[in-house]
Amino acid sequence: MHPAPSIILFTTLSGLGFGLLTFLGLGMPGSTGFTAFVFFTIAYLLAVGGLLFSTFHLGHPERALKAFSQWRSSWLSREGICAVAALVIMAIYGIGRVFFAQHWGLIGGIGAILSLLTVFTTSMIYAQLKTVPRWHMPLTSPLFMALSITGGALLAGQVQFVIPLLILSAVIQVAYWVVGDSRLAQSGSTMESATGLGHIGKVKAFEPPHTGTNYLMREFIHVVGRKHATKLRAIALVLGFALPLIFLTLPFGHIFALLAVLCHVAGILTSRWLFFAQAEHVVGLYYGKR
Amino acid sequence: MTTLPASTQKKLGLVIDLDTCVGCHACVVSCKGWNTENYGAPLSDQNPYGGDPSGTFLNRVHSFEVQPDEGAAQLIHFPKSCLHCEDAPCVTVCPTGASYKRVEDGIVLVNEQDCIGCGLCAWACPYGAREMDAAEKVMKKCTLCVDRIYNENLPEEDRQPACVRTCPSGARHFGDLADETSDVSILVAERGGFDLMPEQGTKPVNKYLPPRPKDTMEEFDILAPYLEPVAKDAGGFLGWLDKALDALPGGAK
Repeated sequence: MHPAPSIILFTTLSGLGFGLLTFLGLGMPGSTGFTAFVFFTIAYLLAVGGLLFSTFHLGHPERALKAFSQWRSSWLSREGICAVAALVIMAIYGIGRVFFAQHWGLIGGIGAILSLLTVFTTSMIYAQLKTVPRWHMPLTSPLFMALSITGGALLAGQVQFVIPLLILSAVIQVAYWVVGDSRLAQSGSTMESATGLGHIGKVKAFEPPHTGTNYLMREFIHVVGRKHATKLRAIALVLGFALPLIFLTLPFGHIFALLAVLCHVAGILTSRWLFFAQAEHVVGLYYGKR
Repeated sequence: MTTLPASTQKKLGLVIDLDTCVGCHACVVSCKGWNTENYGAPLSDQNPYGGDPSGTFLNRVHSFEVQPDEGAAQLIHFPKSCLHCEDAPCVTVCPTGASYKRVEDGIVLVNEQDCIGCGLCAWACPYGAREMDAAEKVMKKCTLCVDRIYNENLPEEDRQPACVRTCPSGARHFGDLADETSDVSILVAERGGFDLMPEQGTKPVNKYLPPRPKDTMEEFDILAPYLEPVAKDAGGFLGWLDKALDALPGGAK
């Protein structure tokens, strides 16, 4: 799959933002006044900024409101609805914390659940696609949720949660990679099943439909990411999990916390880039590629 | 609504004969021509006369080489367009309701006024049947020439998809695959029509007919009596003579 920067930034940043909103909604940290204002501002910049990036991916962003209509069948529509609901509820809760020093627990709890639900709906947009076997598996949603909660805990400064969450996320991340590597083979889709010609013999792409490239090849066939996959996985693990763990076990200081956040975000961006760049779409089989 | 209908009254679709397709791409050209001038946004080209031409097509013809365990490889031309699946994954993922499957005839269409160009339907299609138009930024797909098949302004013989009408080798057939007595259904039953990627669970309406087995000819050669005789079993004096004459220069090889 083509690793579009708009989608990578959107899923990473809004994942972090909604992760932070989850912790804020649960009153961790339960600060009020200006400190709360700073926390909520960071969360909204990430969550809303991410959503804005996602509209760059649309051909007709001016029609985006129509995307709220198909929640009965479409995970993308459900994501939009959950995101708006989470942002509105958390804004009400945030106003209480910032301006009235009130902790409206019920509203915060609902906002936290909606924030998590938003990340889940994002993950389901990918996990539902049978055409991309590497995404179509039970580990995709846990990966998105774990990364979001871990990033949220890190941003919320919940050090007691961050260390076990970093370890848990790293385990899910590695499991996602290991299991994912055999998903295309397990899917049963081959050039033989794609063409229905397997009963004659071994199928080989002889001539593509056109001498040039096309939308399908640009969107679905991406090779550069796979070439360096092992190195990029190592970079993602070191930046996303190992370095933040080291920084957080050092004597606490704001500079180390900041470094941990920056490293983690860079690692997750690498992981998310690989999430797209490594994913094989079965349509590539018609081109003898993957 | 992008939920799929439980069933459709008709299942209009194509039957494509891989045995007779000659790979001329006439269906590709007629499809592009008709669908650029008629229903919906035109099918644009980018840099068509430059070094890196690209464009939107609703129908593309691949060519595959199939190598049997024994014997010569076969070249099979393979036209591919929307299969108007019964369980179309492209429809249910659509967030705006722009993609839908018609209850009356099963045709999968895009309402371009509602399409936000997110591309998720193209991601959900295993067959590469949907392409985002780079100029109009909306999703384009085969309409089964919905503006031809019901068009009473056209002569009756033209009321079929442009690709079917134009195919010079009769490799494309159009009809109702829900009706077991229709020509296309009989063709599918007789020739063993099959689905593409059945493991994806899309239940395509369009069917493909496999190439017929290659017939084998008994070996015979009308020139055989005129060829040089081959004598391998000569013994005794004749055997010595055969070898001795072979050794002299100028003999038959």
